[in-house]
Amino acid sequence: MFEILNPTIITLNINGEDRDVMVKPSHTLLYTLRNELGLTGAKPGCENGDCGACTVLVDDWPIKSCLMLTVEAIGKKVLTVEGLKNAPIQKAFVENFGFQCGYCTSGFLMVCHSLSKIRPNADDAEIQDWLQSNLCRCTGYEEIEDAVKSILVKDI
Amino acid sequence: MIAFDFEYYKPDTVEDAVKLYNKLNSNGKKPIYYGGGTEFISMARMNNRYTEAVIDIKGIPECNVHEIKNNKLIMGSAITLTDISEANYFPLLGYIVRRIADHTIQDKITLGGNLMGTIIYRESILALLLSNCDIVLQGSKGKRVVPISDICDKKIGIEDDEILIQVIVDERFLSLPYLHVKRTKHEKIDYPLITMAAIKDKNRTLISFSGLCEYPFRSLKIEEILNDSSLSKKEKIKKVIESITDKILHDIGGSSEYRKFMLGDILSRAFDKFQEVG
Repeated sequence: MFEILNPTIITLNINGEDRDVMVKPSHTLLYTLRNELGLTGAKPGCENGDCGACTVLVDDWPIKSCLMLTVEAIGKKVLTVEGLKNAPIQKAFVENFGFQCGYCTSGFLMVCHSLSKIRPNADDAEIQDWLQSNLCRCTGYEEIEDAVKSILVKDI
Repeated sequence: MIAFDFEYYKPDTVEDAVKLYNKLNSNGKKPIYYGGGTEFISMARMNNRYTEAVIDIKGIPECNVHEIKNNKLIMGSAITLTDISEANYFPLLGYIVRRIADHTIQDKITLGGNLMGTIIYRESILALLLSNCDIVLQGSKGKRVVPISDICDKKIGIEDDEILIQVIVDERFLSLPYLHVKRTKHEKIDYPLITMAAIKDKNRTLISFSGLCEYPFRSLKIEEILNDSSLSKKEKIKKVIESITDKILHDIGGSSEYRKFMLGDILSRAFDKFQEVG
């Protein structure tokens, strides 16, 4: 049986690299990414699973890192916005003015990147369904939707 | 951030998990079985939930089963709502879980967590009540398989140390005509004002609700009224609303009168839909 009873060094696979990090079982993935690993792209917003600013990918699926214990990520592949490294969605956000203040942007980038990989043929309903996991108080979502549409498969 | 510390255990077997629960409980650690953790983390952050030990059941193979075998759909309690909607073995259940929270949280919420959580809506139970599925439980007194109707009175009642391992649905329910309606106050993603699930089985309408009272329910009395061919559609709706004797929710989401009005509208649509399918 696997157990962690005290602060312990564990290995996480973050952005393709194995990283050793000291965690307590009560640490959320968001806390560890930001405070222990210095990966501040995932933003603390509501920390209640509502806003999506802390979204990262875990085994390619978008997850709110404020609602995941760090220890749950052992053995999984975690991708943060720092690991995107010039993915098409980043260029698309720039070209379509998909952000203003930028606080929600990393969360949206992760959701949209995942959508383009998991649902490359997503229709409008599915795009809207996926975008509803994240909140943006600046853009009104149109530009973000345009950005994600620009990188999806065009033959639908 | 969670302001208190706890121990984390991830057992490989149900037996180990149950033994561990009892040991930790006797040590006063107030252990909890942990699935997706969305409810626990959000409540713990607000100091509304406390434990000194979490027992993560995601390492137990039986809790991760998701397959059709011997004409039964078997769903482990640790599978996520996304797993359910992606596989879509049970379309009504798939439809219901796609409207619980948002898709990123569906990647985390487990079936067991949604059924056993403290949030009153527990919408995934609606499809399970209609199919009168079996629930597989195991605790220190052993393993038992019980129809959901035997242990669900307002919520699923089990012993403190019991783990909900699996839900087993008869395959014949998976393909029946169904209807799912979820009404919220403002946004698509919200707790329900009313969620209704219904299936047509052997020319009978079976129906269940969440958001109407303080617990999800299926009422045989309501089904009797709905399937009484001597009554008109209008009479049925009136009688159904009158038959709900428990307190209808009256909160910031909607008054009880508004919920009754909405229930009438939803039932009317259900009649029309099921008339189409015969």
